[in-house]
Amino acid sequence: MSDKKNWPLYEVFIRSKNGLSHKHVGSLHAADAEMAIENARDVYTRRSEGISIWVVESKYITASSPEESESLFDPANDKVYRHPTFYNIPDEVKHM
Amino acid sequence: MTQEQKFQAKIDEEIRIEPKDWMPEAYRKTLIRQISQHAHSEIVGMLPEGNWITRAPSLRRKVALLAKVQDEAGHGLYLYSAAETLGAERDDMIEDLHSGKAKYSSIFNYPTLTWADIGAIGWLVDGAAIMNQVPLCRCSYGPYARAMVRVCKEESFHQRQGYEIMLTLAKGTEEQKAMAQDALNRWWWPSLMMFGPNDKDSKHTQQSMDWKIKRFTNDELRQRFVDMTVPQAEYLGLTVPDPDIKWNEEEGHYDFGKINWEEFWNVVKGNGPCNKQRIRARKKAYDDGAWVREAAMAYAEKRRKRSEAEAGIKVA
Amino acid sequence: MTDKEALYQYVLQIGDNALILGQRLGEWCGHGPVLEQDIAMTNIALDLMGQARSLMSYAAEIEGKGRTEDQVAFLRKENEYRNVLLVEQPNEDFAYTIVRQFLFDSFHYYFQEALLQSKDERLAAIAAKSIKEIRYHLKYSSEWMIRLGDGTEVSHAKIQTALDDLWMFSGELTTPNEYDLKMAEAGIGADLNAIKPAIQEKVAEILKIATLQVPADEWMQSGGKEGRHTENMGFILSEMQYMQRAYPNMEW
Repeated sequence: MSDKKNWPLYEVFIRSKNGLSHKHVGSLHAADAEMAIENARDVYTRRSEGISIWVVESKYITASSPEESESLFDPANDKVYRHPTFYNIPDEVKHM
Repeated sequence: MTQEQKFQAKIDEEIRIEPKDWMPEAYRKTLIRQISQHAHSEIVGMLPEGNWITRAPSLRRKVALLAKVQDEAGHGLYLYSAAETLGAERDDMIEDLHSGKAKYSSIFNYPTLTWADIGAIGWLVDGAAIMNQVPLCRCSYGPYARAMVRVCKEESFHQRQGYEIMLTLAKGTEEQKAMAQDALNRWWWPSLMMFGPNDKDSKHTQQSMDWKIKRFTNDELRQRFVDMTVPQAEYLGLTVPDPDIKWNEEEGHYDFGKINWEEFWNVVKGNGPCNKQRIRARKKAYDDGAWVREAAMAYAEKRRKRSEAEAGIKVA
Repeated sequence: MTDKEALYQYVLQIGDNALILGQRLGEWCGHGPVLEQDIAMTNIALDLMGQARSLMSYAAEIEGKGRTEDQVAFLRKENEYRNVLLVEQPNEDFAYTIVRQFLFDSFHYYFQEALLQSKDERLAAIAAKSIKEIRYHLKYSSEWMIRLGDGTEVSHAKIQTALDDLWMFSGELTTPNEYDLKMAEAGIGADLNAIKPAIQEKVAEILKIATLQVPADEWMQSGGKEGRHTENMGFILSEMQYMQRAYPNMEW
């Protein structure tokens, strides 16, 4: 494939309105980052879906591995003391 | 539990499969085949309708058609991207399309002869496509399901666009009504064929249902399409070209006549009226574009080197 | 020539440019060099068609004969179309398409920018909406001029050839005819002589970055704005007007 000089794949993130974070919407091909922004504008915001775009070449994304998901995420499940409902406060005490 | 059993258990629990999750090789292959076919259908599907962009009869119709055909390019792109999460490369998929190894929806091998065909395609072909696609929004593979959510959202205007064209023709002159009827006559049966062979002849159906790639069988979806479309044709005052169409009170469905599967398989095999010209057009676009794609890469590379060199100077 | 007649023709001049270039770009839909650019070119076509619709409606109102935007857009004879010759030139390949777009966008941007100040409120409003679109068109076509000019040897040769071939159609954009002069004088139209230097500067700047040779300023073609077109126009209209001519007086 390398001899064909294919355009690399970019991941696209769009902020739909101020106050919200950028959200992954999909991917596309572009020769460079600048073109990727423009392509993203043409492909992913045709119906006013966004006001800000991030692109990053897909190969630069490091993802956690699903095989490790148990060791990465399960230990958080029993840390209930991180949630406000873990603590008993009498009803009479307001605004807490 | 084997990995395969764990995988199936996840699917049974309606947990989506994501790109890096373990999956059986056959699941990956089935998805790549189906998603790329779906993408190819969008891209080839641009051609019969694209035909009429320069001839659209009003500016309003022209922009609607342009936007619709453009959406199809977008949908093709979302779908190729979904397939790419499974390790397929877009250029390889396109090569398979051009070589005939990969299929696409046969409906696009029929010609668009009159303006009414643009109406009929929007109404019937997009109608059938939506019927197929809505359940795919719940497909077990996450990226495919997400692409389909986006596609379905955008596609809702397509069918309305088509039906509105048909409605305008049906309310128009005798000549226009005849044009609408002729389009319905030619697109009805190929639209029913879009759902694929009967369940008993469909080799992929059972496995795809188990994997929740498919949620309904070909025949179930086809029946729904007929039930939905026949009253719409009646509203237009047009006649569905099937003398066996009849409301079946007991079943609560419309009965319909036998599909000409010989024609279907012939069009699939490449003997449709436009198979060759469609692939030729796609291949030409791709081949003619090679120097453009190469130039953009060469320029990006030059620019990267230049900015690195500049950065080097600054550091020094 | 009454003021009304001049304004009508002037609005058609602007509208026909958008209409015919949009029509040309529409031919690319489904045939682009890569999916992403297919979508990009159609976006530009849609912007231009939107502008054409606003201008055709306005022209119909000025004319005052109760015609619709479509009747104005579709039901004129070839010599009644006022677009410049550049926009009717065929797509040929991506290089010709980009050069045509770039030369037009460079003009179009400064032209509509001038119309923002038009005493005619409608033209000023249309310019205000269009200018954002055109700014993007010019960015797009400039970037592609640079990419292709400074890309590979092949792309450089192709874009230079296209530039050499289309250059003779660039002069008409900034050469005022009687309507341009009259409207500029009335504070309605753009003063082409005034915006010409900015356009030339922009074109020269991009061509330089693109490592392209500016073609010699020799004989420039003209006539489009007066309704004297190239051979291409008849073919464009035979497609564009096909339905209206074959099935007259029907709703679609």
